[in-house]
Formats: sequence, structure tokens, C-alpha cells
Amino acid sequence: MTTRSVSAFLAPRRRLQLAGLLTPPVLWLGLVYVVALAALLVTAFWTVDELTGQVQIEWTTDNVVEVLTEALYRTVTLRTLGIAVLVTVLDIIVAVPVAFFMAKIARPRMRHLLVIAVLAPLWASYLVKVYAWRALLSSEGLIEWAVSPFGLDTPGYGIVGVVLTLSYLWLPYVIMPIYAGFDRVPDRLLEASADLGAKGWTTLIAVVMPMIRPAIIAGSIFAFSLSLGDYITTGIVGGTTQMLGNLVYANVGAANNLPLAAAISLIPIGIILLYLAAVRRTGALRSL
Amino acid sequence: MQIGRVARYVLGTITLVVLGLIYLPLGVVFLNSISTSETLSWPPPGFTLEWWGKALHSEGAFEALGMSVMVAVAASTIALVLGTLAAMALSRYRFFGKESVNLLIVLPIALPGIVTGIALNNAFRTLMGVQLGVWTLIVAHATFCIVTVYNNAFARLNASGTRLEEASQDLGAGLFTTFRLVTFPHLKSALLAGGLLAFALSFDEIIVTTFTAGPGVTTLPLWILQNMFRPNQAPVVAVIAVILAVLSVVPLAIAQRLTAKDAEAVSR
Amino acid sequence: MSKSPSRTALRAGIATAAVASLAACGTSDSGSGSEAAASLGAAEGTVSILAWPGYVEDGSNDPEVDWVSAFEESTGCMVTSKTYGTSDEAYQLMQSGGYDVVAASGDLTLRLIAGDLVQPVNTDLLENYDGIFDFLKDKEWNSVDGVSYGVPHGYGANLLMYNTDEVTPAPTSWDVVFDKASDYSGKVTAYDSPIYIADAAMYLMTHNPDLGIENPYALDQDQFDAAVELLKTQRDSVGEYWSDYLKEIQAFETGDSVVGTTWQVIQNSITSGNTEVVLPDEGATGWSDTWMVASDSEAPNCAYAWLDYIASPEANAQATAYFGEAPSSQEACDFRDDCEAYHAGDAEYAEQIWYWTTPVSDCVDGRTDVECVDYSEWTKAWQEIKG
Repeated sequence: MTTRSVSAFLAPRRRLQLAGLLTPPVLWLGLVYVVALAALLVTAFWTVDELTGQVQIEWTTDNVVEVLTEALYRTVTLRTLGIAVLVTVLDIIVAVPVAFFMAKIARPRMRHLLVIAVLAPLWASYLVKVYAWRALLSSEGLIEWAVSPFGLDTPGYGIVGVVLTLSYLWLPYVIMPIYAGFDRVPDRLLEASADLGAKGWTTLIAVVMPMIRPAIIAGSIFAFSLSLGDYITTGIVGGTTQMLGNLVYANVGAANNLPLAAAISLIPIGIILLYLAAVRRTGALRSL
Repeated sequence: MQIGRVARYVLGTITLVVLGLIYLPLGVVFLNSISTSETLSWPPPGFTLEWWGKALHSEGAFEALGMSVMVAVAASTIALVLGTLAAMALSRYRFFGKESVNLLIVLPIALPGIVTGIALNNAFRTLMGVQLGVWTLIVAHATFCIVTVYNNAFARLNASGTRLEEASQDLGAGLFTTFRLVTFPHLKSALLAGGLLAFALSFDEIIVTTFTAGPGVTTLPLWILQNMFRPNQAPVVAVIAVILAVLSVVPLAIAQRLTAKDAEAVSR
Repeated sequence: MSKSPSRTALRAGIATAAVASLAACGTSDSGSGSEAAASLGAAEGTVSILAWPGYVEDGSNDPEVDWVSAFEESTGCMVTSKTYGTSDEAYQLMQSGGYDVVAASGDLTLRLIAGDLVQPVNTDLLENYDGIFDFLKDKEWNSVDGVSYGVPHGYGANLLMYNTDEVTPAPTSWDVVFDKASDYSGKVTAYDSPIYIADAAMYLMTHNPDLGIENPYALDQDQFDAAVELLKTQRDSVGEYWSDYLKEIQAFETGDSVVGTTWQVIQNSITSGNTEVVLPDEGATGWSDTWMVASDSEAPNCAYAWLDYIASPEANAQATAYFGEAPSSQEACDFRDDCEAYHAGDAEYAEQIWYWTTPVSDCVDGRTDVECVDYSEWTKAWQEIKG
């Protein structure tokens, strides 16, 4: 069959076209990802042979009950959530004015430079940047040097350090969708609003914000979910801080207890699914 | 747009300060790369070019770089194909379960890397019974890269509407011809932007990578992680990071230029 | 695991049936179901090694640091290697399979043996085994019931490091990180692993003899709880836990940490000059690493070749010097000029070290009337200690 005849055969058959388009990606994601996730969730209800560390298919709710009832997991979940929310909020506060400047004030030439400037640090290796932050936060670091004349101290290694470092790492991921969001707001709309007598800030809040809300939420998904699962940054600048990622990691590795790790994973999975469900209607999922 | 002079200056200053903050840690990395301290200690006790010399002769780093590029190219290519197909399906057709498909595409990036990592690790080893290797890594990366391509392509397809495609078909062009001559040229820059983001995402990923790369598969982030634990290698790692950040400007600039040209063409 | 090792061996036409088929045996009976190789055959051509960073260097990171190339040339076994950051990560990687040889610390070896991930090693087949220090051979972390599971590589102690400006007088006891830790609140550091619970248990051996701890890796529930309690108190004073030594070096150089556990190599790398290390009166925990052969190894001959090579004085000296630990033989010291700093071969010094051993429910101190707390409980407790 030639391409032409395939094309002629398919042309009137929209369902078949759709099936052709949809099958590869859905099959891929289904086979690779959904199956893997489902298997992980099932594993949460299995046990581990104490001697060999092999996963055994013996149904139990012990792991899940342990995760739900023990104080350790509650504390760490709340701490992780707090850190993730703080990081997200901080990133949005910083990203919105920058993205607005890039999209609506900077001239085209400057705009291109700014986009490159924001994206370039993404390539300078995550780990190297975290170690750079370790140097910055140290009691002999740049931050201490800069703030000590004002009688302040570096936050040092701990939750504050983790929040600052994570915000730094994910900032480009938050700026870019918001920038794209502002870029999609037509200048004419702003002008019309101004012509009708709205002041700058009123325009911004009443007209622009609702339009870029999906973009902001899209950015927040990045910052929030990347923070929720992090365990490497916590290890380097977190002092004694533990996050959910550390617990999952420790249980896969140290205890070699995949079922318990899977049970702990249910927490971030649940949080993210709730979050996605809440923002689904805003169209944010299409702005990532 | 009517933005007051004060507001312009305020926003301009904020942007400048934020950019300054973004580059401050990178400045630290650069100083580390020429510091005589082998452990990234601050402040640098002295300066040397020793690490640059070592880095440029580090076979391990270049092999890892090659591996990272290979994995990122392969993963982005798969993501480009799957992401484009999904975007076409969701933007041009109506069907039941659209939201679910959208969620399915977003999920791999929205769920924490460690969850994706252990889920895939478990699935590869126990369900499929395959040895971890370079392919498992590529499959894992492609899975979370689909979303960046999909979103860029979807936004472009939605913005452009279907009129041109309909016209093409009315004039007798087949489905594939229409795609090749009408849809694709229009989509090109969006795909480039999405592909580049996918490439970057794969290139610097470490958590999922830790769990899905087989023995002997060392991507650059893994190499960096390993060398952070080796004596006297930390400054060499800093050199590599500086080189990467500087080099990344080239593809970014090219992509920007192409996207900008395209965007102008679209708006005209 | 997808391929049977014996089939691979046959296909390659190598007469190593003994190695291969026995390696495929799988019982969880502490490895007594599998036997070591009786003889060796031709090299398979490749060997995949899992090790601590700095153990398998082929010059690709630093052209001057290379002891793999010589091995490849002399044996024809091409080496691919992967490194790990903690014993726990190594365990996970070994489970994924695909490695022929692993360098395991004592907190990993018994787990690997119990999980049937490694096979017994016939040390008679290794020329360089005889030269190894006797005090490293046939220990509870590298053998089970007299069956050897590997070759000792290097060893060292988890010493006490302190900042000479901040911590005076010079400490001789671990009490500066336990009972007196609050003096240095926020600047105490400790090793970030469940195995660190043994450090607290060892401290209690001296300071709370009523508990009756005989071996810090064999703790019954009461003894274990006491150690955990001690660490929970300590946590209030801990600034950070460390696992990679870059972090530890930075912290001591900047003064973010002033007292805590360390390794000799860290002291050697610190340039600020105001730190000292000491082996306190209570003794210390430490590690003695072992080269082991994976039970599903498809290249047992190359694996044995590596075990023998890395035990040879020159290669052992290069590897242990680069990593910063004592070598496994006196002959190796001929190729090193820093053996003294590491107290290599000093049997008395070595005796004060409680080498990392995996805690299992059969108490390793020989008690049979109680059940000991196993490593999975140690892990859970460690997470709770960190909170």
C-alpha cells in the first residue's frame, strides 16, 4: 500500500486517525508508567523476608498502617509539605515580576537575552549548584559575610537552607511557564483596559492575573513536586533535616524494604494527585 | 502597554537583582573551579588553573558527557514523536477520556522523581525481568520528557486553529501531505522548544537516573555525584559545570532565534 | 539473572562448570547451599565491578591514578565499574544484578551473604591471599561458619575529630559527642547511617556496663533502646549528619562542625590545620572492606583474577592509598610512605576497632538466649532518631 492509498483510506475515518495518533503515546505511558506505578502500589501491601530481604507476596496492610499511624511519618510529611509550599510560594513571588518584565517590558532583543540568562543555569548541574549553596550558607560563607555587619547570621544548614536552595534550583522552571503565560496576554487587551481608565495595578490584577493563573499553577506544579520528592539537597544543606524523599530512599536502600518504601510513596502520590485534581479545571496541566 | 515609568524601573530592578542572585552561586562555582582548595571551601585560599587542565584531560568526564548527550537525544527523540502524536490527538479530535490522557502525560513529571525511580526500577527488574542498562534509562527519561513536547505542541496547535489544514485537504492534499507541508512547518519551532526542554530535563536528571541506569552506564550527573566522593575531584567537577553552563548558551540562543522568527511569522 | 551463568560459560566453551553451576544454586540458608569454585578457567573477557569511589580507578578521572589498566593488560579482562555512596545503596544495586565483583564493607557483607547475592570464595586459588594480615582473615564480617566469602582489602577506624581551637582540652573519650555534646551544641557531627548506632552502643559498653553489651553489633532490645535513647539526646546538639567526606571536610574547615566521627583520610585532606584526630579510650568502630564475587556472576574467572590482583601489594597499596585507609598486607606498605599514619599492621591498634558488621537477629556475639535487633530495626530507629 502506498502512503497515498493509506491516506485516502484514513481520510474519512476520523476514529481510526485518532486511534493511530493516540495508541503509541497511551500504550507507552500505560505499559511503562501506569503498570510500574500500579505494581509499586501493590507492593505496598506485600512483605519482605527478613533474612534475604526479598519481597514476598504475602498480603498485609502493616506497612500502610505503620505509615498512617506512626508519628515519624506524620512529622516528616508535614515538614516536607511545609518546605514544598514555602518553596513554591517563594518561587512564584520572585517569578511573577521577572516574567512580567521579560514578556511585557523588555524589548525583543533584551527578551531573548533574558530567556537565555534564565535557562542557562539549568545546565550547570544540580549537584554542583547545591554544593555552591552549601558554601554560601556556611558560617564562613558569603551570606554570613554579607549579613553579619547588620547583626544577622547565616541561616546555616537546616530547613531554611533547604527552602532557599530548592527555590533557587527550581526558579527557572517556574519563570518559564509564567513568562509564556504573560506572553500570551495580548498587549491590545492591556491597552483596552487602560483606555477604559483602569490604573496599572487594577489592570494587572483584574485583567492579567486571571489569564496567567494557569501558567502560575503550571509553574507551581514543577516547584511543588520537585521539592516534594527531593532527598539529595536535604542531605547536603539540610543539617539534620529529613524529608519524605529521604525516608523513601532509606527504605529502598538501607532497610531494603521496598514494600515500606512503596507505602511511604503513597503519601507524595496522594498529595500530588489531590493537587492535580484541584487545579485540573484551570487548564494548568496544559501550560507545563 | 501603559506601564508607569516607576513600575518599569521597579520591575527592571527586581529582574536585575533576581538575575544577580541566580548567577551568584554560579559565580561561586566558577571561583571553586580556579580555587586552590580541593574541597570547595570558602573563601578560596588561592587561585590555580590546575583543575581546568585536569578537567580537559578527564576521559571519564567526556565519556559521561557523551553518554548524557546520547541518552538525552534518544529520550528527546522518543518524546518528540510520542508528544506530537498526543498533541495532535488531543487538539484535533474529540473523544471521551481526554482529561485522563492529559493527566497520564503529566503524571511522570508531576510525581516526585524518587517515586518514578523506584516504580520503574521495580517494574524493569521484577515485572519485565530485564537487566538495567542504557535502554532502561532512555525509556525512563523519555517517559517524563513527553510532557514538555506535548505541551508546547498542543499550545501551538490550539492557537493556530484548523483552517489551514482544512484548506489543504480541500485542495486535495492527503493526510500525510497536509502534515508534512502545513502542520509540521507550523509546529516546528514549538517542537524545537519542547525538544530542547526535554533534552535539558534528561541531561541534568539524577534521581530517576540513579534507579534506572545499569552498571557501566554513567551519565554526567552520575559522574559528578561519584566524583564528589573521590579525593581531589570536586574542583574538576566545578570546571565541568562552568563549561556546561557557558556552552548551553549556544543551543539556547539558536532555539530562541528560531522560535522568535516563527512567532513573528505566526502573529503576522 | 535472565541468563543462566552455566549456559553462558558453556557457550564460551570454558570448563568452569563447577563455578558456574554452583553459583546458580539458590538457598537462603546463609549461603551454605553454594560452594566456592574448585578451579579456574580461561578469562571471560569482561568483569563488572561495584565498589566505593576510588577503589577501581582506570585513569579516566585522573591519568595518574590508574591501577585498572595494568590489570586489563595482564589478564585480558576488561573492567567496567560503578561506584556507590553508601553500603545501603550498594545492597540495592547488587539486588538489581549485573555485577561480578563487589567491594563491601562489613555492614554490607552479611546482608549480601544472607540475600544469596554473593558466593563463597576459594582463597586457595588466590596467590596473594597468604600475604594478607591475619587479623583481617576469617572474621565475622567476611566469613560464615569458617567459609570465606571474600578477600580483605583495606581497613580503617571511625576516629574522633575535633577542632583544636574550640575543643579543649584535647578529648580522649567519646563523651564529647555524647554526655558533653551540649557544650558544642549545633556543631557536633555524626555519620549518617543506621550503623552509627553501634558507636553509641560501644560508648555504653564503657559508660553503662550494667547493660552488659559485649559487642556493639549484637544488641538485644534493652541494649538497643539505650543506645537509641543516647542518640536521640545527642541529636539536639548535632549540626548535621555526614555521609560523603567532601561535606565533612568543608564543615570542619569552615568551623560548621567542631567535633564528631571522621576518617583518617578526611584529616589528611583538611588544609585549615586546626583539626586533630584521636582514637578515644573506648575504642572505635571501623570498617574492613571485602572483595566479594556475585552469586550470579557470568565472569567468575575474571572476578577471581580481580580479587587476586587487587590483593597484590602494589595494586593494593595504590588503591588503599588513594582512598585513604590501611592496606591489607605488610608488603603493600613497601609501595606506600604513609602506612604509619594509618597504623597499618598494628595488630594492637586494629584490635581496638569494632569493625562494621551487619546486625542480624542471631546475635553475632554468640548469645543464644536472646534475639538481637536486626538491621531493618536499626534503620527504622535511625530514621526516628533523625526525626
